[in-house]
Amino acid sequence: MRLSLLPRERPARSMLWLSPVLAAVLSVIGVTILFAVLGRDPIEALRTLFITPLATMDGLTELGLKATPLLLCAVGIAIGVRADVWNIGAEGQFTLGAIFGTWVALNFGGAGHWWLIPAMLLAGIAGGVVWAGIPALLRTRFNAHEILTTLMLAYVSIQLLGYLVHGPWKDPEGYSFPQTRQFEADATLPVLVAGTRLHIGALFALLSVPLGSLLLGRTLMGFRIRTVGAAPAAARYAGFNRDAIVWFCLLVSGGLAGLAGICEIAGGNGQLTPVISPGYGFAAIIVAFLGRLNPIGILFASLLMALLYLGGEGLQVSMQLPIAVTGTIQGMLLFFLLAADVLVNYRPQLQVARRAGAVHHA
Amino acid sequence: MHELGIAVAIVVATLRAATPLMLAGFGELITERSGVLNLGVEGMMLVGAAFGFIGAVVSGSLLVGFIIAMIAGAALALVFGVLTLSLMANQVATGLALTIFGVGFSALVGVKWVGMPLAGLPGAIWPHLSTAPPLVQQMMLIDPIVVIAILVPFAAHWFIYRTRGGLILRAVGESHDVAHALGYSVLRIRYLAVLCGGAMSGLAGAYMSLSYSPMWAENMVAGRGWIALALVVFSTWKPAWLALGALLFGLVTIAQFQAEGLGVAVSPNLLAMLPYLATVIVLVLISRDATRLKLNAPAALGRPFHATA
Repeated sequence: MRLSLLPRERPARSMLWLSPVLAAVLSVIGVTILFAVLGRDPIEALRTLFITPLATMDGLTELGLKATPLLLCAVGIAIGVRADVWNIGAEGQFTLGAIFGTWVALNFGGAGHWWLIPAMLLAGIAGGVVWAGIPALLRTRFNAHEILTTLMLAYVSIQLLGYLVHGPWKDPEGYSFPQTRQFEADATLPVLVAGTRLHIGALFALLSVPLGSLLLGRTLMGFRIRTVGAAPAAARYAGFNRDAIVWFCLLVSGGLAGLAGICEIAGGNGQLTPVISPGYGFAAIIVAFLGRLNPIGILFASLLMALLYLGGEGLQVSMQLPIAVTGTIQGMLLFFLLAADVLVNYRPQLQVARRAGAVHHA
Repeated sequence: MHELGIAVAIVVATLRAATPLMLAGFGELITERSGVLNLGVEGMMLVGAAFGFIGAVVSGSLLVGFIIAMIAGAALALVFGVLTLSLMANQVATGLALTIFGVGFSALVGVKWVGMPLAGLPGAIWPHLSTAPPLVQQMMLIDPIVVIAILVPFAAHWFIYRTRGGLILRAVGESHDVAHALGYSVLRIRYLAVLCGGAMSGLAGAYMSLSYSPMWAENMVAGRGWIALALVVFSTWKPAWLALGALLFGLVTIAQFQAEGLGVAVSPNLLAMLPYLATVIVLVLISRDATRLKLNAPAALGRPFHATA
């Protein structure tokens, strides 16, 4: 007997939604085994990972806080992947957004300008757009694939951030810590729930869901994006401008990631440090896939991923597990999802092995 | 004599910096020649680096460390193979998953070993390294893994162009349907190529943690896996060009340290951008000629294979 896969006549729509659930269940099993191997009580660990963060109001707002950058980056990434444009350097655009926005905050903060926050947000978007525009130019003008260029620029951006906080932007009164001056009060994002850290960036993230859905489902550009991704030959025949789509996808996802970057700084620490993200830009790739490259699905996926970040921090505090547990579980989740996705297009079937030649008896 | 010393030092340092790129790059070259694009090189290198280091410390033998690293890299590649070859998952997404998982998993496994000292390769087999005359010292820095890295391009060229196995590998990478019709097991050959790539990446990672800078630190591969991937594109899938590219990048890497050593008044952060920027520039230069890239790329690269008959 052997298990074989038979192609379905058309993709199973039910599986499109079932496979993330299946992946989540398999991940929980995988995580349980992982904890057992690490010598920790799996039940206790699972509770810390999934239940404890949700038990308090504080935890819920922190969840929203962590989901915000993931959601913004993932919606952009998903729009790109739908058109077969792979922006995997959202981390870099996030960083540039934080840098550009911080420049505005440091130079114009403290004077009570009403336009300060909008200007910072726009600068953040501009930072992400510039950093994603380079790969777009290199792709459309020189045919250099964006997978590698966006990623290389992410490494460059982290060094650029390091240069700024160790060098020209270093706070002279910061006791030689590599960090910028603290933002003034007027350069800090307003919070949504008093007494918590949940800031208005979460609203932008939520807004990106209907906007992304509308873009993909109801506009001509969205139609072009989907066509280029699903049927490149048809798109070519229809005369869709491939370069324009590449530019559009990269700039939109860069802008969203840049917005996420400045929101993370202006709504969080209020200063740049050498590390400003626990890998949101990379985790957002998982979020985009987990959410089926669909903004509404991505909303739920971003909450799940944010929960993993929160739970991971909880595990670090209460069970002394390294924070890298989070990345391991995230990677595992994506593995299981990709594996479960085979069921969308193929039907598993157990076949009784027949000897060669047995066919002829029939 | 002094000039000779400097020249030798530069050559040796270049070879050492090029070694991880050479090993991982050729692993990926073999994988891609079979028609499979594995973007998980960075993750496999990190897992190789972590397991290699732990294996060497626990067993007390560097050789065991290197072997464990190759097994670990191949094990991760096997996961990739099952997903993309047997389950026909998207190769780009699965490769990214492999890297994300590898970064996290290596950090998780290696957390207790951060900062632990280890006698790394050149010193471990040459106990008199520190007292030897400078020129001899330089020669000793060419450790066995560097020697392997020097030999790999020749071996790969011979295998790909001069053996039956290489011909089959190329056939599968160019047209899996034709290869299948000829009676070759496309999946088995691709599995072998993917596993070979994983083992080479694991070795490249272990070279980082057991010789290049003998220690384990989170994310210590620092993008070299991605640079190796870019080099394969740069080489247009040809061994000689890949070797050249790896050496070129070795040179760029040491230029960065040389500049620091000479006290050039540039921030170390800016110098650290060099290899990444160089990668982008090299990619742009090579990709400009779209036809050349298309003609040389394995025709079935990235396409899943499902036997219909």
